[in-house]
Amino acid sequence: MSYSETKAADAHGEQAIDRKSVYVYEAPVRIWHWVNALAILTLALTGYFIGSPLPSQPGEASANFLMGYIRFTHFAAGQVLAIFLILRVYWAIVGNKHARQIFYVPFWSGRFWSEWLHEVKWYTFLARQPKKYVGHNPLAQFTMFFMVTLPLFFMVITGFALYSEGTGRDSWEYKLFGWVFSIFPNSQDVHTLHHLGMWVILTFVMVHIYVAVREDIMSRQSIISSMISGERLFKDEEDD
Amino acid sequence: MAATETFYDVIRRQGITRRSFTKFCSLTAASLGFGPSGAKAMEQALETKERVPVIWMHGLECTCCSESFIRSAHPLVKDVILSMISLDYDDTIMAAAGKQAEAILEETKAKYKGKYILAVEGNPPLNEDGMFCIDGGRPFVEKLKWMAEDAMAIIAWGACASWGCVQAAKPNPTQATPIDKVIKDKPIIKVPGCPPIAEVMTGVVTFITTFGRLPELDRQGRPQMFYSQRIHDKCYRRPHFDAGQFVEEWDDEGARKGYCLYKMGCKGPTTYNACSTVRWNNGVSFPIQSGHGCIGCSEDGFWDKGSFYDRLTTINQFGIEANADQIGRTAAGVVGAGIVAHAAITAVKRVTTKREKTDA
Repeated sequence: MSYSETKAADAHGEQAIDRKSVYVYEAPVRIWHWVNALAILTLALTGYFIGSPLPSQPGEASANFLMGYIRFTHFAAGQVLAIFLILRVYWAIVGNKHARQIFYVPFWSGRFWSEWLHEVKWYTFLARQPKKYVGHNPLAQFTMFFMVTLPLFFMVITGFALYSEGTGRDSWEYKLFGWVFSIFPNSQDVHTLHHLGMWVILTFVMVHIYVAVREDIMSRQSIISSMISGERLFKDEEDD
Repeated sequence: MAATETFYDVIRRQGITRRSFTKFCSLTAASLGFGPSGAKAMEQALETKERVPVIWMHGLECTCCSESFIRSAHPLVKDVILSMISLDYDDTIMAAAGKQAEAILEETKAKYKGKYILAVEGNPPLNEDGMFCIDGGRPFVEKLKWMAEDAMAIIAWGACASWGCVQAAKPNPTQATPIDKVIKDKPIIKVPGCPPIAEVMTGVVTFITTFGRLPELDRQGRPQMFYSQRIHDKCYRRPHFDAGQFVEEWDDEGARKGYCLYKMGCKGPTTYNACSTVRWNNGVSFPIQSGHGCIGCSEDGFWDKGSFYDRLTTINQFGIEANADQIGRTAAGVVGAGIVAHAAITAVKRVTTKREKTDA
C-alpha cells in the first residue's frame, strides 16, 4: 500500500486540499469488475428473452435464427463470465488482501459485526457519520458475498448444467456439472432456480449502483473512480 | 420345466419358426440401437442362456403401463415376451387367480432364486403400515419386499414406480413411495412415463432377459438408450424454436402452421423421453405432433410443478402461487421503490443538515 500526498496550486493561487489515496483495486480486479458487469447485462437480457421469447418471426423457419442467436449470445457471455470468475478466484489468491474480500464473511469477528451494525445504522439514518474503509465496508462485504459471489457460482454451475442438456450426456459440461441433476432430478426446477438467481443478481445490481453513487457523494472516500483507477481517495484527515 | 430350458427352447415349443425367431432378433436389436452384430449376439444369447422369468406386480397405479405395453408396435416382440417367453405372473392379465396365482410367486421365488426379474407397476403406500394397498390379503409393500428379496433386478414401470406420480403428489395422504426409496439393495431400472412408450418397455424387458443384465443407466437410473435426450432435442418443431417462431395462443396462425409450443408451456426442453423419435401408437404421433405441448409426464414430480402450461415451477413458499419471474419482478420493484425512497430521504437529510451547519 502506498500513500501519496498531492499538493498543487492553480493559477489563481487556490491550493488544492490534501487528499490521501491508497491503491486498492489492482488491474485484474478492475478488469474483472467491468467484464463481469457487461457479461451480467448481456446474460440477464438474453436470458430473459430465452425464458420469455420475443413475438414470432415472420417467414420460413429456415430463413430465421433469432432464438438461436439469442441463445448463442447467452451461452457465449456465460462462458466469458465463467472464465473471468475463475481468473478472479485465482487473483483472490495471488492478489492483495482487498481482492479476497468478497469471497468470505468474517463471521467469527465481533468487530466485523459491530461495524456491520454501524453501517446498517448509517443507512437507516441513525448514525451521523460512516466509518472510513480502504476496502469494502462490512455491510458491503456481507452483501457482495451473499448477493454476488455465491449467486455467480450458483449461476455458473446451474448454467453449465442446463447447457449440458443440449450438449449431451457425453459432453464435458455434463461430466462436470451433471451432479446438479442428482439434487434436482427434474431440470424444470433447475430452470426455475436459474431464473431466481438472475433476479437476485439484478436486485443486487440496482442496489449496488445506487449505493455506489450515494457513497461517492456521502461517504468519506471515493467509490466510483476507484473501480476505474484503482485508487481510493479519502476526503478528510480524521481517523476512523 | 427343466431349470436349463433356454428361451429358444420355449420359442420353438410354442411353434415359432426359426425364421420368425431370427426376424425378432434383428428387429429388436435394431430398436435397441445395437450395431450390425447386435442381432447375432441376441440370437446367441437366446439360444444358450437360461430363460429368465418376469414377475409383474401392481401397486398403487392405474394400469396405463400395462395398457401401453400390450399395444407395442412390434407385435412379435410383445407376443414373444408376453405369452411365450417370460411373463410368468401378472395378476391383471393372467388367467390364474387367487391361491393358484399366488402359488406362482412362491414357486418362482424358490426355483429361480436370484434369477428372475421383478417388474413393478405402481408403488407401495407406506402410511398406516401400507393398509392403503392390499394385494393378496396383505399390504403391497410387504409383498413387494418379499418378492424383491430374491430378484435379480427390478424394473420400475412408469412415473409411479420411478418417481411417485399422482398418488405421491402433495399432500400424498397414503405416503405413496417410489420403488427405489423402498428397495435399497437391488439394481433398479426406472422406465418413467405416464405411461412409458410401449416400444421402450418391450425393449427394456428384451434387453434384460436376453443379456441377463441391466442396460446402461443414467444418473437417475433410467436406460440411456431411451432417456438420454430431451423431447426438445429431437422434436420436429425444433427449427421453429431456433427461428423464434411460436404458438402465441391456441388456434392462432402459429398453431395452424405448427410452430413451436414453447410459449404454451411445452415441457419438451426439460423432459427426457423417446416420444419425439419412437412416437406413439405404432409411430403415428406424439403430443407435440398433435398440437399440444409436452406435459413432462416422465419427469420427477410432474404433478407438483405447477401448471402444465407454464414453463416455470410454481413456488408456494410465499403463501401465494407465483413463479420465479413474478417473484423476481416483485422483489426488483420493491427494491427499486426502496431505493427511490432512500435517495429522497438522503437528499432531504443532506439539505437540512447543511442548513443546520450554516445556521450554527
